[in-house]
Amino acid sequence: MWQILINRFKQGYRTIAYPKQVPGFPGRYRGRPVDVKGPVNLGELLFNEEAAAEGCFTYSKDHRMAVSNKEDLVAQGDEIRLAGALNDKMKRLFGRSLKLRQVCAGGCNGCEAEIQVTNIVVFDLSRFGIQFVASPRHADGLVITGPVTKNMELALKKTYEAMPHPKIVIAVGSCAISGGPFRGSTEVRNGADSVVPVDLYIPGCPPHPLTILDGLLRMLDRLEKKQ
Amino acid sequence: MSFERFYVHNGQAWALAQVPVLDEVSFRREILESCAAAGRLVSLFAHGPKDKNICIYAVVGMDHEGRLSVFSMQVPAGKTGFESLTPVLPQAHLFEREIAEQSGLQPQGHPWPKPVRRHQNYSFYQIHSEEVHEVAVGPVHAGIIEPGHFRFQCHGEEVLNLEIQLGYQHRGIEKMMEEISLERAVLVAESVAGDTVIGHTSAFCSNIEALSDTQVPLQAEMIRAMALELERLANHVGDLGALSTDIGFLPVSAYYGRLRGEFLNLSMELCGSRFGRSLCRPGGVLFSLDEGMIDDFRRRLLKAKKDFTDVAELFFSTPSVLSRLESTGRISRQAVEQLGLVGLTARACGHERDVRTDYASGMFRFHHIPVSTASSGDVYARALVRRLEAQRSIEFLLEALQQIPSGELLNKPSRLKPDSMALSMAEGWRGEIAHVAITDSQSRICRYKIKDPSFNNWMALSLAVRGGQISDFPLCNKSFNLSYAGHDL
Ligand code: SF4
Repeated sequence: MWQILINRFKQGYRTIAYPKQVPGFPGRYRGRPVDVKGPVNLGELLFNEEAAAEGCFTYSKDHRMAVSNKEDLVAQGDEIRLAGALNDKMKRLFGRSLKLRQVCAGGCNGCEAEIQVTNIVVFDLSRFGIQFVASPRHADGLVITGPVTKNMELALKKTYEAMPHPKIVIAVGSCAISGGPFRGSTEVRNGADSVVPVDLYIPGCPPHPLTILDGLLRMLDRLEKKQ
Repeated sequence: MSFERFYVHNGQAWALAQVPVLDEVSFRREILESCAAAGRLVSLFAHGPKDKNICIYAVVGMDHEGRLSVFSMQVPAGKTGFESLTPVLPQAHLFEREIAEQSGLQPQGHPWPKPVRRHQNYSFYQIHSEEVHEVAVGPVHAGIIEPGHFRFQCHGEEVLNLEIQLGYQHRGIEKMMEEISLERAVLVAESVAGDTVIGHTSAFCSNIEALSDTQVPLQAEMIRAMALELERLANHVGDLGALSTDIGFLPVSAYYGRLRGEFLNLSMELCGSRFGRSLCRPGGVLFSLDEGMIDDFRRRLLKAKKDFTDVAELFFSTPSVLSRLESTGRISRQAVEQLGLVGLTARACGHERDVRTDYASGMFRFHHIPVSTASSGDVYARALVRRLEAQRSIEFLLEALQQIPSGELLNKPSRLKPDSMALSMAEGWRGEIAHVAITDSQSRICRYKIKDPSFNNWMALSLAVRGGQISDFPLCNKSFNLSYAGHDL
């Protein structure tokens, strides 16, 4: 018992002050592309180092890149239209309490791992009233990762149908947005919106936990307006 | 028929013509004899378009000799099957099922010819009795995890049988590898299993390097080895956290969870990705550490080492933890041999099976990391091996930081050799990863075979829960933490 208390004391307080403060990202972090010369589709981008080497864009340190409409995924110049808030009715319903159900539909487990991380003490998703639940019947929103393999299509549809109305769908990662690295394989659909309608797209391969958090809070209108 | 055995080493390429071609009877005998003589099936797969001349390749690892024997069998046109090895060599069971699914060749006499990644018309094993009930779980699970289906036959709380059906994550990766450019293939290799990016990508790169006679710069070898150990650390620590969550030891679970993040963040410092993406490329690596970063890494690693030691000490000295982990989900030593289990699952049963030692390649030829084992084969043993390996990985990293060679980071590979074959293995944090590549006369990859350690080890989970309580399933499952994506490809 004492051991546990001593250890607890040693470990200290670890939750970051986000969104009041955004922790710095290391120099090699590949965030939202800026200085985009030709159009770059954030939903297809795998955020690999070489992609920027061709000179079409540079990676910034900005982690924010969730959008509400598929067209907004195409970046030009320095800006993109980040996700807007839900409409008033939805905001009233979900603004302070959002229950999500996650379905992995063929991802590599990278995106799932980063979603999982939003739960740990450092990010502490639950302080925003957002929670992952075990059953679609208890969920307000569906978080989808993976390109939707043929083998998961039915299960995904059934999960979606099992959720009560109104419902939100969030596609996390390149796979769920466009098929990602598996785009074009005969075993997959190229993204979640080929099966269910999507309300929020969070790009990345995988997106950083803060990118996911930013997307969720943006949708719920929980971020400072000036951002 | 006698023939000259053909041996290869990890990370080697050779002309396809060098591989002995045997008839069915001698092929079978050779597999059985070499497996009886301390060999182990590392890969067994079919190559050749449907209905054409299919060739089956066997790669048998001689762990104690550090080399692998490769041989093949040409299936005569018109033949639709071969005699199954599984009844006499259980470790062939999944390989043979995979051959059937991928090539259409049937392993005749296979005791359990069920699909691997395609699901049509399959009915699960059932025990018919009024007292036995069935529990079906998945493919969509309660947590944020990958999909798979578990079918339990239970008598009250006791699990009589667990059948696992996977394939939901099947993305057609092997097939894609034959169709896409090498630049894209490396990105797919990074996505075989998102928690084992370095393991799979380094094996992929090593195959391309072998097939193009590319010398990897020493600095790149070192960075790859460091990244592999960093990946192991992050996952082992994360798994210990997951075990703590499952037994309700929440403070410790939170500490482990945060510590895992420290290691992932080190990976992001190195290559911009928390999971090691964009680090390994055919010919070398894209990033290294400069002086300032080395100091920063050392400082952060020393801190993490101290934290890990404290938390692990607390976890492993708490009696209620030990009583929950000990004797739960036990696997026998024999099962490891019979089923060809690999990685930390094997080591937790006392088998010193480790690619870094047995088939050392890259930096591991010069820096030997001692193999960590435990003997009891239960959840406790698997947790303990993780703890020991995490400690050794930190030691290795601290030592390596002082010895990063200077020089080039990447030598661009040239054209691949035509009609050749290459084999590369890596000890991922779960265990042995094996990639085999075959090129055609145009130097294109015409067959790419991937084996994730989960392919060998899922069967171990079924065995671990047999005879136990169904409520122990989550704990057993976490103690292996196998990859669905890696199995399903
Ligand atoms: S987007 Fe990238 S990280 Fe996410 S599931 Fe797909 S391959 Fe994995």
